[in-house]
Amino acid sequence: MTKIGIAVFPGSNCDRDVHHVLNNVIGVQADFIWHTKDRIMGYDAMIIPGGFAFGDRLRAGVIAAYSPIVQEVKRMAKDGLPVLGICNGFQILVESGLLPGALIMNESLRFVCRWTEVEVKNNKTPFTSKFAPRQTFGIPVAHGEGRYVANKELLRELRKKDQIVLQYSNDDPNGSSDLIAAICSEEGNVMGMMPHPERASESILAAQGSKNEAITIFRSLVSNLKPKAIA
Amino acid sequence: MGFLTEKELDYLEENLKRKANEIEQDIVGAEWSEHCSYKSSKKYLRLLPTKGSHVLVGPGYDAGVLEVGDGYVLTVHIESHNHPSAVEPFGGAATGVGGVIRDIIAMGTRPIAVLNALRFAPITGKGKAVAKSKWLFKNVVKGIADYGNCIGIPTVGGEVEFDPSFEDYCLVDVASIGFGRKEDIVANKADEGDIVVLAGGSTGRDGIHGASFASKALEEENRSAVQIPDPFLEKLLLEATMEAVKQGCVKGIKDLGGGGLSCCLSETSDNLGKGFDVELTQVHTREGDMTPNEVMISESQERMLFVTDTSRLRALQSILDKYEIRHSVLGVVQDHQDLVVRHGGKVVAEMPSHLIAHAPLADRKVKRPSYLDKLKSVKQPKTPANLGKVLLSLLSNPTIASKRWIYQQYDHEVGVRTVVKPGMGDAAVIRLDNGKFVAIKLDGNSKHCYLDPYQGTLGCLSEGCRNVICTGAEPIGVVDHLQFGSPEDPEIYWAFTQAISAVVDYCKFMDIPVVGGKVSFYNETAKGPIKPSPVMGTLGLIQSASHITRPALSSGNSIFVIGQTFPEMGGSEYYEYIHNITGGPVPNIDLPVDRKNGNAIQNLIKSGLVTCAHDCSKGGLAVALAEMSIAGSTGFEVDLDVVPSLCRRTDDLLFSESHSRYIVGTKQPEKVRKMLSSADVMFEQIGSAANAIEFAKGKKRLIKLTLKQLQTSFYSLEKVMQ
Repeated sequence: MTKIGIAVFPGSNCDRDVHHVLNNVIGVQADFIWHTKDRIMGYDAMIIPGGFAFGDRLRAGVIAAYSPIVQEVKRMAKDGLPVLGICNGFQILVESGLLPGALIMNESLRFVCRWTEVEVKNNKTPFTSKFAPRQTFGIPVAHGEGRYVANKELLRELRKKDQIVLQYSNDDPNGSSDLIAAICSEEGNVMGMMPHPERASESILAAQGSKNEAITIFRSLVSNLKPKAIA
Repeated sequence: MGFLTEKELDYLEENLKRKANEIEQDIVGAEWSEHCSYKSSKKYLRLLPTKGSHVLVGPGYDAGVLEVGDGYVLTVHIESHNHPSAVEPFGGAATGVGGVIRDIIAMGTRPIAVLNALRFAPITGKGKAVAKSKWLFKNVVKGIADYGNCIGIPTVGGEVEFDPSFEDYCLVDVASIGFGRKEDIVANKADEGDIVVLAGGSTGRDGIHGASFASKALEEENRSAVQIPDPFLEKLLLEATMEAVKQGCVKGIKDLGGGGLSCCLSETSDNLGKGFDVELTQVHTREGDMTPNEVMISESQERMLFVTDTSRLRALQSILDKYEIRHSVLGVVQDHQDLVVRHGGKVVAEMPSHLIAHAPLADRKVKRPSYLDKLKSVKQPKTPANLGKVLLSLLSNPTIASKRWIYQQYDHEVGVRTVVKPGMGDAAVIRLDNGKFVAIKLDGNSKHCYLDPYQGTLGCLSEGCRNVICTGAEPIGVVDHLQFGSPEDPEIYWAFTQAISAVVDYCKFMDIPVVGGKVSFYNETAKGPIKPSPVMGTLGLIQSASHITRPALSSGNSIFVIGQTFPEMGGSEYYEYIHNITGGPVPNIDLPVDRKNGNAIQNLIKSGLVTCAHDCSKGGLAVALAEMSIAGSTGFEVDLDVVPSLCRRTDDLLFSESHSRYIVGTKQPEKVRKMLSSADVMFEQIGSAANAIEFAKGKKRLIKLTLKQLQTSFYSLEKVMQ
C-alpha cells in the first residue's frame, strides 16, 4: 500500500482539496501531516499544498521553509521520493532551496484567479509521465505572487537540464520568465507548480471549454510511487 | 460617556432601581445602539415568515440553518460594513468579511462560500467625486479579496450597482454560507459552573464605539472606530473551532462583532438563560493601560467566545494551543441571570443580561415622502436613432458590464466546490457532499427602490428567485439586508416599512422563509441619505447535476421569452444611465404570474428541455440576450414584433426591466412550446441562434452588431479601472 503525505501549515488552505482528490477521486491513501512533525515515516511522496502558510508573513513561504516538516521533506527529496509543491507549496520549495529561482508579485500587481492553458515541456518527471509530449491542458491559477523569475544563466541551465516542466501557452497570467508554470529539480523528483491541478481533476469543476486533464499530474505521481516505505 | 438618550437612561435607571455607573452605561450604550439592538426595526422584523420545510434554525442566532437532506445543513448570514468601508475601504471591507465568516463558524459549520453586494457612486467620467468613488471601489474589492483569499473561502458571486446617491459613501454587504452535519450545530446550552473562554486576537483600542459609530450618520471620519483585519488569525480560529466542535468540547460559541464583549457576553448570557461572572483582567489586551470600559466595548477582530464545561476545558485549551491561538478563562456560568463584570476582583458592572440585550424599542414616525408623486410621471426621452449604440453603451455601463475585473481578484475556486463560477451563471452554484448543489445570489436595485420601495423590494426578491431558478434550483430561503438612512426621519422610516411589507408579502406568497437578515440605518453623509437599498440573498437547492443550467447560448438554439414586457421604465438603467432621467413607473410584480413563470422554468429545466436560461433584469431584454450571446460566443436573430409586450415604443421594449421574465434556449422548440402552453404562461418563440447579433421588427432590421462589439463593451471595466 502506498501512501502520500500532505504537509499542513497554519494557513494552508488547499490541503483539504488535495486530500479530497487523492482519496476520493483517485483512490490513493493521503494523510494530513501537521507542520511540527519532525520525523516522517511510511510515506512514499509528499505534497505541499497551496494557501497562505503563516499568513504569508515576511514573504510567501519563507517561515514555512524553516519548519520541522520541511527539514523532513528535504531528507525525503534527497532520498529520491517525489515531492510536489502547489502554489504556496511551490513558494515554500523555492524558499527552502529545493528549487531554484524566485516567485514574486504578479506583473499586474493584483491577485489573479482564472483558468489558463499550460503545455507539458517535460513528460519524464514522476508528475507528468502520463502526459503526451507537448500536451496542452486547461488548469486554473489563483495567486498574488506567482511570477517565476530567474536570471539568464539560471534560465539557460533550466532549459539545458530539462527542468522546465510546464509553460503557460500564450496566456500568461503573471509575467513569469519564459512563461514558466512549473519547474523540477535536476533529479526530477521535486516539482513546484503555480496552477492548481486539484481544482481541475473533476469534470464538473472544469471551466467552459476545458476538461479535467490536470488529474494526470496526480495519476502520474501515483503510478510512479514505489512502495518501499517501512511502516 | 455612553450614547444613550435621556429616555433610555431613565428606562435603565427605572429597571436597575439605581443609576447605572459609567461602565454600565458604556456596556448598555454599545448594546442599545441601533446596530446591535435593532430598536427601530424589531417590531417589524417579527412580521417576517421564518418557518419552512427546510428551516432548522431561523433568524435570531448568528446564522440561519437550512436542512438539505442526508443529515447535512447549510448555514447562511448577511452583514454589512458600510460606515467603516466608507472611511477605510480596505480594512472596513475586510473586517466585514471576517465578521460574517465568524457568524457561520459560530454555528459549528465550515464556511464554504462568500458573496458580496457593493454600491458606489459612479466611476466613469472625471472629477473629485469619481476619483473618490474609484478609490473606494478599488480598495473595497482588495479588502474583500485579501481576506477571503488568505482564509481560503471562495468568493463566488455578488452584484455591484453605481448610483450618485452613494457619493462619498459606499455600501459593502457580505454574505456567507456554511455547510456541515446537523449533529454538529452548536446547541448553545450551558449549566452552572461551566467555563467561559475568550480566544483569538488581543483586545486593543481599535473599533472603540464602532457599533455606535455605525448608528449615526457619517459626518466625520472616525478612523479609530474601524477595526484592523487579520485573516490569518481567523483561519486559525476557523480550524480550531471546527476541531473543537468535532471533538465535542464546546457547549456554546459566539463571535465577537459589533459592540465587542458587551454585546457578546450579554447576548450569550441572555440566550443561555444563565448568568456570567467575568474578570476583565483575564482578557489579553494589546495595550497595558486599557480601562475596563475600553475592554468591554473594543471591537478588535478575530475573537470568539466559547462556553465549555470543566471536564472538557483541557481538551479545548489544547486545540487552541495547537493553533497557537491566545486564550483565557474569562469567567464562569452561574445560576442567576445577570452579567457580573469584575476588574481585579472588584465588581465594576452588574446588570440583568436580559435588560442589556433588549433595548427599549424606539417608536418611529412614518410619512410617505412627497417626492414620490412628483417622480411618478416624467417626460419620456426621444427614442435614440441608433439603438445598437445604446445597447453597447448599456453593456459598458459599470452596473451591467462584466465584473471580471473584480472576481478575478477573488479566489473563487478554493474548496473545490464552485461548479458555476462568477460570470458564468445567473447565480453561483456550489457542490455539496450529498450529490446536491446550492445556488446563491445577492440582488439589489436602489434605483427602483427609491421610486417605489415596496415594488422595488418585491423586484429584488423576484430577481433573486429568477436567478437561482435559472441555474436549475428551487428557492428554499432568503436573507434580507435592509439599508436606509436615518430611521428618525419619518420619510425614510416609511420606506423601511414598505420594504418589510414587500418581504413579508413576497415570501408568504411564495412560501419561502426568511432565514436571516440585518437592518442597517443611518447610511447618510453630509450630502444626504442613500437611496433605500434592500439587498436580498436567495438560496436555491439543485437536486441533481443534470439540472445545472447556464445562460450560454449555443448554435442551433431556438430562443423563447417567457413573461410579458411592460413600459415600466422608472429606475431602469436605460432611463438613468443613458438619459439621466430619474422617475417614471417602476416595474410591478404580479405575484401569481411571478410564481407561475418561475414554476414553468423549473419544470422545463428538470425535463432537460433547455440548453440555457437567463433572467431579464437590469438593461432589459436586449441586455439579457446580449449576455447570453457573450456567454456562449454565439449570435442571435430576434423578432421584436413577436415579443409579448404592452410597449408602444421600441426602446421601451428593448430596455424595460419588467420582472418575471426569462429567456431560454432549446434544441426542442416543439416540446418547449407544448410544455409552456400547458403551464398557462405568456411566452413566445422570438428567434434563434445565429452568427451576427440582430434585432428586427418583422422584416425591418433594427439593430445589427457583431459579437466582437458586444464583448468589447461588456469587458470594459478593466479599462475604467486602469
